Amino acid sequence: MISFAWLIPLFPLLSFLVLILSGKKLKTVSGYLASLLTGISFIFTLGVIADLRSVTEYEATWTWLTIGTTDIQAGVWLNPLNGLMLFIVSFVSLLVHIYSLGYMGENDRRATYFAYLGLFTFAMLGLVMSPNLIQFYMFWELVGLGSFLLIGFYLYKESAKRAARKAFIMTRIGDAGLLVGLILIFWQTGSLSFTEIFQAVEQNEFAPGMVTLTAILLFIGAVGKSGQFPLHTWLPDAMEGPTPVSALIHAATMVAAGVYLVAAAYPLFLASEWALMIVAVIGAFTAIFAATIGLVQDDLKRVLAYSTVSQLGYMMLALGAGGYVAGMFHLTTHAFFKALLFLAAGSVILALRKQNIKEIAGEGRHLAITKWGFLAGTLAISGFPLLSGSFSKEAIFAALLEDGQYGLLGVALLTAFLTSVYMFRLYFMVFHGKGADKPPKSVPVSMKIPVIILAALAVISGFFATGFADWLAAEQEYAVLHHSPTWLIFLATLLSLGGIVFAYFIYVRKQMDREEWKTTFSSTYTILYHKYFIDEFYQNTIIYSTRAISYLMYYTERYVVETIAAFAAGMVKEIGKTGSRLQNGRVQTYGTVALLGLAVIVLIFVVRGGYF
Amino acid sequence: MSSVPAQGYLILALILFCIGLFGALTKRNTIIVLISIELMLNAVNLNLVAFSKYGINPNMTGQVFSLFSITIAAAEAAVGIAILLSLYRNRRTVHIDEMDTLKH
Repeated sequence: MISFAWLIPLFPLLSFLVLILSGKKLKTVSGYLASLLTGISFIFTLGVIADLRSVTEYEATWTWLTIGTTDIQAGVWLNPLNGLMLFIVSFVSLLVHIYSLGYMGENDRRATYFAYLGLFTFAMLGLVMSPNLIQFYMFWELVGLGSFLLIGFYLYKESAKRAARKAFIMTRIGDAGLLVGLILIFWQTGSLSFTEIFQAVEQNEFAPGMVTLTAILLFIGAVGKSGQFPLHTWLPDAMEGPTPVSALIHAATMVAAGVYLVAAAYPLFLASEWALMIVAVIGAFTAIFAATIGLVQDDLKRVLAYSTVSQLGYMMLALGAGGYVAGMFHLTTHAFFKALLFLAAGSVILALRKQNIKEIAGEGRHLAITKWGFLAGTLAISGFPLLSGSFSKEAIFAALLEDGQYGLLGVALLTAFLTSVYMFRLYFMVFHGKGADKPPKSVPVSMKIPVIILAALAVISGFFATGFADWLAAEQEYAVLHHSPTWLIFLATLLSLGGIVFAYFIYVRKQMDREEWKTTFSSTYTILYHKYFIDEFYQNTIIYSTRAISYLMYYTERYVVETIAAFAAGMVKEIGKTGSRLQNGRVQTYGTVALLGLAVIVLIFVVRGGYF
Repeated sequence: MSSVPAQGYLILALILFCIGLFGALTKRNTIIVLISIELMLNAVNLNLVAFSKYGINPNMTGQVFSLFSITIAAAEAAVGIAILLSLYRNRRTVHIDEMDTLKH
């Protein structure tokens, strides 16, 4: 089975090609076709994973390009980490395909939508199987393209178009860092294959300081893709896309690609303390920073988006503190419960036709399955005991403690508290309250099934922590699952439950008046509500200065360059006109000109005394 | 006969040539232009004959040459007049400034 691994990404690609070429004819069956092909892909993935238990590593490459003496390879690389990512991507993608059958319903452009989903799934599967950084980079960009197309899917919405552009440009800033890192690595090692890079790191072939520099540059790429501070602003705006897309791309898979990059290149990061430190600090800062913004946002999907940014920060923090297993485990559980939350939120939005939680005001309580699914996801992300999130978060805390990062541990614990506060704020405001009593539109079955499956996984996937660590440890010796002391588990649980109770008292029992808080801490509220004014800051510094430069260029081009060009063209034209006037067909004019010419020659002859 | 110096012939030839040139460049009537060209040719012939007598090596070559030149000028004038006639039949004009179609 494992030798057919290269087929896995090709099924979604086939779906993309078929639907983009003949989507108009296949409109009614497009969703089923795309789901079927993704399903085949998923079955292949399961087969490959079954094989990976015994093989643990498999690499098949062929030469794609030969430049001078350098061979550029393309192929597939499978190890436990890739297998895990393959599973997450194909599984969530399949569920999102099924969910979209209901969600996109009668949308006229649903064939295009499924085609884009296929393109994205193809790119993401190709990305996680890349054996070298150049193939990785190509798929990395393709994934960005898929994200761009899907964010801007509602093309009649100006805000969606703007969000798509913003996402593309912001991630491109990170990609530039990744590309520079890639070139530096090639310069240092003469190869871009992951295994050869790791060998070079082991044998200290890098010039001094280069390991840190390349690791940080790769991390900049990850910062862009994973929405880490300071390039996080695109992710909340990306919520303009259809909700299933937010679940697939902007919660479970693409934004996790940055985390995956750090994990895949982990030996490089391990070789540099500075790089690890930067990863951890950026991760921790992003986690708490996004959590505080999430506390006051009013848009259902935006709160989830900030929570995604915050949880991705957690993963980075774990990786930066040596918690390789903890980070990847949190990536997995997060993929399940965040996809669950988004899909449940999509059901709410589809049924109620609104997504501002103040307007919803508890109307979601009529949607039973959605409500329980959302509750399961909320409990999981808040770290409620025995649900998946509690296990993965505990692993992260343990890794931080093991690493001796007490300050970062404090930040992480505080973030855990904030997470349960803002997530339960969201839950209570959407599903508890006295909103309108009319029963909302019912939700199609195809949207309920993925929610139920994901809810089950969000509840139980935590129990596989040990098996998970063994799976990853098969290949890498740094894959160790840390266990925390009892007091830490107790503290984490206490903070999580405390957050829930706190939210309960504010939003259900209304013991404290929210509006009064807003006036008491008005400046804090304003700052949080405007997301620390980061967007405004970028607007006023980078965007305005860029725009000023481009206007300068524009007017220079328009008035200076074009004037010179017009002058040159006009001159040639005038010369041509004069020349053509000489050839008027009148023989007498010719004669006169010839005579004058002769006269001039004779005159010169006379003046120069017979010599030229 | 021999009292006329070489300069006399040359100045006469020069005057003839200038008259011919002026006529060829300024007159609108093509017949007059052709006649003016004949004038210039005759000026040249006069020069040839003058130099055959007063040149550095006086001999008959200049006179024979001028006879050739007169013959060819007659043939050329005949061809010119023939072209002019057929042009006149087609265009109903003998004005040289209207005959500018060769520029195309």
